[in-house]
Amino acid sequence: MIGLSHYLVVAAILFTIGVFGIFVNRKNIIVILMSIELILLAVNINLVSFSVYLHDVVGQIFAMFVLTVAAAEAAVGLAILVTFFRNRGDIAVDDASMMKG
Amino acid sequence: MLAIAFYLLAFVTLAAGILVVSARNPVHSVLFLITAFFSAAGLFVLLGAEFLAMLLIVVYVGAVAVLFLFVVMMLDVDFEELRKGFAQYLPIGGLVAGVLTLEMIFVAATVATNGAAGKNASPMASPEGVSNTEAIGRVLYTDYAFFFQLAGLVLLVAMIGAIVLTLRHKPGVRRQNIADQVARSPKTGMELVQIKPGEGISE
Amino acid sequence: MQTIVTLILFAPLVAAIIAGLFGRRIGDVASQSITTGGLLLACGLSWYVFSQWTWGHMEAFTVTLLPFIHIGDFISNWSIRIDALSAVMLIVVTTVSALVHIYSWGYMAEDDSKPRFFAYLSLFTFAMLSLVTAADFMQLFFGWEGVGLASYLLIGFWFKKPTASAAAIKAFVVNRVGDFGFALGIMTTYWAFGTIQFAELFPQIAANAGRTWEFVGHSWPLMDIACFLLFIGAMGKSAQFFLHTWLPDAMEGPTPVSALIHAATMVTAGVYMLCLLSPMFEYAPVAKNIVTVIGAVTALFAATVGLTQNDIKRVIAYSTCSQLGYMFFAAGIGAYQAAMFHLFTHAFFKALLFLGAGSVIHGMHHEQDMRKYGALAKLLPVTFIAMTIGTIAITGLGFPPLHLGFAGFYSKDTIIEAAFAAGGENSIAMFAFVIGLLVAGLTAFYSWRLAFFTFNGHARWGHGDHGHDAHAAEAHGDHAAHASDDHGHDDHGHGHDHKPHESPLIMLFPLAVLSIGAVLAGFVFVDYFVGHHEAEFWRGAIYNAPTNHVLHEAHEVPTWVKWAPLVASVLGLLGAFYVYIVKEGLGAKLAARNGPLYVFFYNKWFFDELYQATFVRFAKFLGDLFWKGGDQKIIDGFGPDGVSAASYEVGRRTGKLQTGYVYHYAFVMLLGVAGLLGFALFKFH
Repeated sequence: MIGLSHYLVVAAILFTIGVFGIFVNRKNIIVILMSIELILLAVNINLVSFSVYLHDVVGQIFAMFVLTVAAAEAAVGLAILVTFFRNRGDIAVDDASMMKG
Repeated sequence: MLAIAFYLLAFVTLAAGILVVSARNPVHSVLFLITAFFSAAGLFVLLGAEFLAMLLIVVYVGAVAVLFLFVVMMLDVDFEELRKGFAQYLPIGGLVAGVLTLEMIFVAATVATNGAAGKNASPMASPEGVSNTEAIGRVLYTDYAFFFQLAGLVLLVAMIGAIVLTLRHKPGVRRQNIADQVARSPKTGMELVQIKPGEGISE
Repeated sequence: MQTIVTLILFAPLVAAIIAGLFGRRIGDVASQSITTGGLLLACGLSWYVFSQWTWGHMEAFTVTLLPFIHIGDFISNWSIRIDALSAVMLIVVTTVSALVHIYSWGYMAEDDSKPRFFAYLSLFTFAMLSLVTAADFMQLFFGWEGVGLASYLLIGFWFKKPTASAAAIKAFVVNRVGDFGFALGIMTTYWAFGTIQFAELFPQIAANAGRTWEFVGHSWPLMDIACFLLFIGAMGKSAQFFLHTWLPDAMEGPTPVSALIHAATMVTAGVYMLCLLSPMFEYAPVAKNIVTVIGAVTALFAATVGLTQNDIKRVIAYSTCSQLGYMFFAAGIGAYQAAMFHLFTHAFFKALLFLGAGSVIHGMHHEQDMRKYGALAKLLPVTFIAMTIGTIAITGLGFPPLHLGFAGFYSKDTIIEAAFAAGGENSIAMFAFVIGLLVAGLTAFYSWRLAFFTFNGHARWGHGDHGHDAHAAEAHGDHAAHASDDHGHDDHGHGHDHKPHESPLIMLFPLAVLSIGAVLAGFVFVDYFVGHHEAEFWRGAIYNAPTNHVLHEAHEVPTWVKWAPLVASVLGLLGAFYVYIVKEGLGAKLAARNGPLYVFFYNKWFFDELYQATFVRFAKFLGDLFWKGGDQKIIDGFGPDGVSAASYEVGRRTGKLQTGYVYHYAFVMLLGVAGLLGFALFKFH
């Protein structure tokens, strides 16, 4: 019987995959951005699951907003990536330590 | 029946997610991302939130993933170097990720059995007799109209930000400056010069 | 009378303050006049007090001026105690000080800091006077330290000269060692008797004579311990053997300073203290024996070293050291009166010798090496006569049957006779007698050596005489030995291009006065100090135990004992005459041979080297250890430096967390999330 916990588990694993992807990928910013999208997707699954099982539609509304913001963030992030690439010539981040303290 | 569908979609989502992270070719990564989105949309449909599922496909796949694809194609990246250094951080990262997953699963199980959501017998995406879309619409434009407008603003800002970051004027490209054209007057546009016959103008 | 003694004490102090603080403003002449005037006043009043005591039957009294320390039972007051001892010291100190003040008008005429000099001289006089009029140990100690301070200031008067500064520090530090013993002695006395006031202390001693102190399973006699510790203080102040090393170096100071401090007054403070504390010492036989031995050894040591020195002031300094040895062993055998008498006469002729030497130095344009003197008798006639009188006085020439002689004859002979008398029962006293006789001969030899070397013979100054035996000797052997001895003043000697001249009248006047004293002081005062009127003169100021009849027996010694010191002196005179006049140049040749005895004596029995290798190096090591190890490494290391270094390190390491890599930041965030989640799980489950 598929219950709430199954969906939550799926979301949890997906979240972890996304986070894992961020700090494993040093050579490719695009994959980092995509990992962020995965994280947001996992969050959305969570929201929707809870909304359905709580019989409250607010969760889905919230998921929609998350979607919107994710799109906006992807756009800006890619714009930054383009500028980064233009300045440096490649998209590897393991040398990007100018903010070093 | 539902169970098979769920397990299939869940497996595809997770597999696609792993492949996004570990694919050698960024174009492959984007394609796997699209796969993940699709199967997640399937999961939503299973839950009964079909509006959101469609939204996912239209926005995420249709816009965001395509945007990713554009950028990946546009940037001329050397793929060979990209794979180096991947394994170096695998152990510690894997360990932490594993711990995190276990914790979250633990919480999920607890919440699912003891939380408020576990009390309800069956899942219900929208109230009786109302379609999912209508249910969302009822709430969105009334209680959350303000946030709706705000979301629009966010998108506007993102758009402007993207343009600001990436717009470059190529030097030497001629453009029209309408304002200058309109603001020209006889004084600045014309100049009378007396010329002797047989001579030209030298600048 | 009370106002008179208060005036005696404070006139020099007020003069010192005025000259010291305002000297620059009121000018040289005013400073000098105020200080000299103050001293002359004090001197006149002191003679008045002394005459009242000796011939006017004044009684002993104490004027209490102010409370000093009142803590529980420990009571000390600022007071002025007048009795025979202090009356004698008053005239000695003020007379010599006044004469030195007058002398310094001439001697320091070319110096820039005259007000400072005169202020220091008067300050010293005040400290010395407060020492001799003390009625309890605290004021005695105050005066003790005060004269030590003044000595430091005056030895290092020409402070720009490194050797002078070093000598001043050496004097102060060696004195300090003695003062430590002195302080321990005072503490022991207070601990044993509960009081430090002399008037309360002395009556208690006879009853407590046998008291002992149990320590590490042995019974230590209390009086001996206390007196021995107090004697250590006297050793330091009076440059006795072991703590004598500062006295020769103290000659770096101007000659008037040497005359005042290191001949007549400060160095005699030890003798004075011993005589003052005679009630205590009479019941400390072991301590007395120690005093006798040290005194005798000092006399011998200083005499042997003085034989070989070439600096005129050093010879006289060692002579002082030797005569102080006499005074100490006189006190050690119980003849305190003889010791005080010798102190009294010695003040006159030693000050005379020093001031005379200063006159020679002044005339020779600050040349102090005797090997560059010679044949000065005709050029410095008055000085010559004064020095001859002084030398006769110190060697004690006289005629025993008629009991007639110069000052030293009376006092030194009394001491030697007393030693013989005490030697009947005490073998240590007999040892002192033999030494005393031997040293009398040596004293005569080196004193006449100085006189002949300087005033007679051929002139060794002037351009032509550099290739003389004396210089040949100098060039040969003893350069290494020289280094610590004579140099430093050679940079004063601006050549022998000026002819030596006699000193101005203002410097000759004190010489004349002191000459009179050297001739007559013995003859006039012998009966009062050690003769028939001795008991009524001292009137209880000096205490003799019931078993102590030394002074009395001294007058009844066999005839050969009475003649022996004179014979020894005459032998010394003849020896010096032979070596330095008959066979002139013999002395230099003997010195040039560099025999082992000569080297040993010339290098002051290698005491400076010994102390340098042991104490000085150890003290420096300890100082370095505490400074570099303790202070720098430990205290600074844990304190300011350590804290700042630690905070810098911590900051630097923590800064490394900010790598600038976004994925590092993301990883850390992840860790944070995992941690929080785990915490929430465990807390709320």
